[in-house]
Amino acid sequence: MSSIAEATEIFRQEASELLEQLEQALLDLHRQPDNRSLVDTAFRALHTIKGSGAMFGFDAVAAFVHDFETAFDRVRRGLSPCSPALVAAALEARDHIRALIEQPQAADAAHGESLLRALRAAVEGEVAATPAATPDASPGPIHGPTPGQDWRVRFHLGAEALVNGANPLLMLDELHSLGTAQVTALVDAVPPLDEIDPESCHLGWEVLLRTESPRAAIEEVFIFVSDDARIEITPMTTAEVPAATTAEAAPIAAVPAAATPAAVAERPRAEAEIGRVGGSLRVQAERLDELMDRVGELVIAQARLSQLAVGGDTGLTTVAEEIGRLVSELRDTTMGIRMLPIGSLFGRFRRLLHDLSRELGKPVELVTSGEETELDKTMIERLADPLVHLIRNAVDHGLEMPEARRAAGKPAGGVIRLKARHAGAEVLVTVSDDGRGLDAERIRAKALEQGLIAAEARLSESEIHQLLFQPGFSTAKEISAISGRGVGMDVVKRTIEQLRGGIEIASRPGQGTDVTLRLPLTLAIIEGLLVRVGNGRYVIPLSAVEECVELPAGEAARSGGYSLLNIRDALVPFLRLREMMHCATPADPHQKVVIISAGDQRLGLVVDQILGSHQTVIKSLSRLHADVKTFSGATILGDGSVALILDVAQLLEIGQAEEEELRNRSRQAA
Amino acid sequence: MKSVLTVDDSASIRQMVRLTLSGSGYKVVEAENGAEGLKQAKAAPVNMIVTDLNMPVMDGLTFIRELRKLPAYKGVPIIFLTTESDAARKQEAKLAGATGWITKPFQQDQLLNVVRKVLG
Repeated sequence: MSSIAEATEIFRQEASELLEQLEQALLDLHRQPDNRSLVDTAFRALHTIKGSGAMFGFDAVAAFVHDFETAFDRVRRGLSPCSPALVAAALEARDHIRALIEQPQAADAAHGESLLRALRAAVEGEVAATPAATPDASPGPIHGPTPGQDWRVRFHLGAEALVNGANPLLMLDELHSLGTAQVTALVDAVPPLDEIDPESCHLGWEVLLRTESPRAAIEEVFIFVSDDARIEITPMTTAEVPAATTAEAAPIAAVPAAATPAAVAERPRAEAEIGRVGGSLRVQAERLDELMDRVGELVIAQARLSQLAVGGDTGLTTVAEEIGRLVSELRDTTMGIRMLPIGSLFGRFRRLLHDLSRELGKPVELVTSGEETELDKTMIERLADPLVHLIRNAVDHGLEMPEARRAAGKPAGGVIRLKARHAGAEVLVTVSDDGRGLDAERIRAKALEQGLIAAEARLSESEIHQLLFQPGFSTAKEISAISGRGVGMDVVKRTIEQLRGGIEIASRPGQGTDVTLRLPLTLAIIEGLLVRVGNGRYVIPLSAVEECVELPAGEAARSGGYSLLNIRDALVPFLRLREMMHCATPADPHQKVVIISAGDQRLGLVVDQILGSHQTVIKSLSRLHADVKTFSGATILGDGSVALILDVAQLLEIGQAEEEELRNRSRQAA
Repeated sequence: MKSVLTVDDSASIRQMVRLTLSGSGYKVVEAENGAEGLKQAKAAPVNMIVTDLNMPVMDGLTFIRELRKLPAYKGVPIIFLTTESDAARKQEAKLAGATGWITKPFQQDQLLNVVRKVLG
């Protein structure tokens, strides 16, 4: 990667973090519109994006952010309150910035313009509305007084000023930006129409300005025209402020002077919070992946060393053991580096919920816990989409409308809980709502209607819940834009299974639904059960292994036909791996069955020999093998040979299909 | 996007102007001297001009006077970016039609502020 491209990539990352900060600040502002430090955070994020965006050639970003900033500046200077409309507009503008950064070519300039208009309207609309809404000069609670000094500024530009590129409108804008300004045009110098030189400037202006800025700032406005212009800047006392101004700025005059310093003093306090210095270092994710890969190789090499050292020289054994210890520590440390608190992911959903809540008209609160729970970085990234689906479902299907909730004796606003916690070598992430719970009858009816189950099928509650994960299943009466297209839950399930995790649903009728994702701590290393089939060796993820049994002699003799095994009175279908792998070598006389499970499903895998547990460093298969369903990866064994890792989820699917077929056949036979 | 023409015989100054302005959402066009600047300005109208005073071929004052004769460039802001700070020179520039001036060496912020001030 060239250094420019690298720098640009750093900018992208930085910007995405800043945008996240901006979003959080805006969402917090939604609830605490008066919090100055939040406004400053939002502003700072904008400012940095603008600055660095400009450095790396994201001109459209810089320009857009600049205008965004300009609109938002009124809020920062306390001239406009941070209304819900403004927050909504600002959030959309923030999304546009992201689009501009991520897909600059696809960005729509007209869309940006309309967003900016909405933003300005939200800022200014509030300003215009406030005095009208409070005719009797009772100051609105949000609309604070504007502190500062009153000035009368009169100016007449030189006749040549317009031709020379001076623009009085910009000067008036600049005065406006200093504080509150009331502008009157002075027309006394305008000549009769037939004497007017259209290129000259005949007008003068009088501006009554209330500003905190010093006189120099006002003079600065006229810096380029001061030579030939007539400019008077005079301070005014409160008594001199004309009635027209007092009417508009009524709250100002009403506030005693003592209130002013307090309002001003708020700013430095917010600034003081910036100085957080973290002792952290930014490292590219690929480098961490590379490190993990190397450590993986080291673990393998160390295993070979240990094998060689067995029964050998004592000195060698000692060193091998020492290296073994160091390697396992190194592996743990490296894995630790890749761990991120899941809170970074949870934070993103506040926005989602905010939007959903607006869209569906359901007030919702998000409660998160266990944000500090750490998970592998890759895992966190891949969890985002499934969680979005689950949260959408929870809000859309789980939560009732406010009226229905009140009728059920619940508070009108729903609560979505996101919870993460450790459980052994797994992390459990739960999405709960306090809505109506799952309607098992309706799910059943729907599944029947869609031909997913037979009419006479008897299903346990958890089996009914599993129906939700069938492709194409949707109980939503009407398909809404949010969910109910039936493409959500099966995708969620598949993604979680790819992460070697599981998904569970618990429903309390009338009280809510919990969806729990069980996830392994890391994707890079698993505990595996090493088995031999013919000459090949395979790894079965140990977390999926339930037990190992001997294959009954009668079953072993048969091939094909009924492939069901009776394990403590439960029938378990099994697959003969020898057949799947097309083994030509003779089978071992005593074949073993490894029972694997996921959720409620169980499947037996017939193998020749069980070699023992094996710490498996997962190597992904090449792209050439992307279509291979039975294997999820490969690993290198202590002796340097390769073993393939079996994909439990896929095998279970095959097993289920087989079982289905057997049932059909037995039905036909009967 | 508003465009700014920077006219200077020093490539590094032009580069500096370009960096400063293009970063803030302006499109920057460059020219090496007044004559080339005039050609550029005629070929594609710009919203603002930042020019040096002392340049080979055609100096800044002549450049401005020529420019102000064009109807399209009446009212277009022209800023001098020069090492000269002598009041008489400034007055001369003013009479030729300059909107304002910045003295070299300049801070990026300073340039940006001036551009915003006259261009909005």
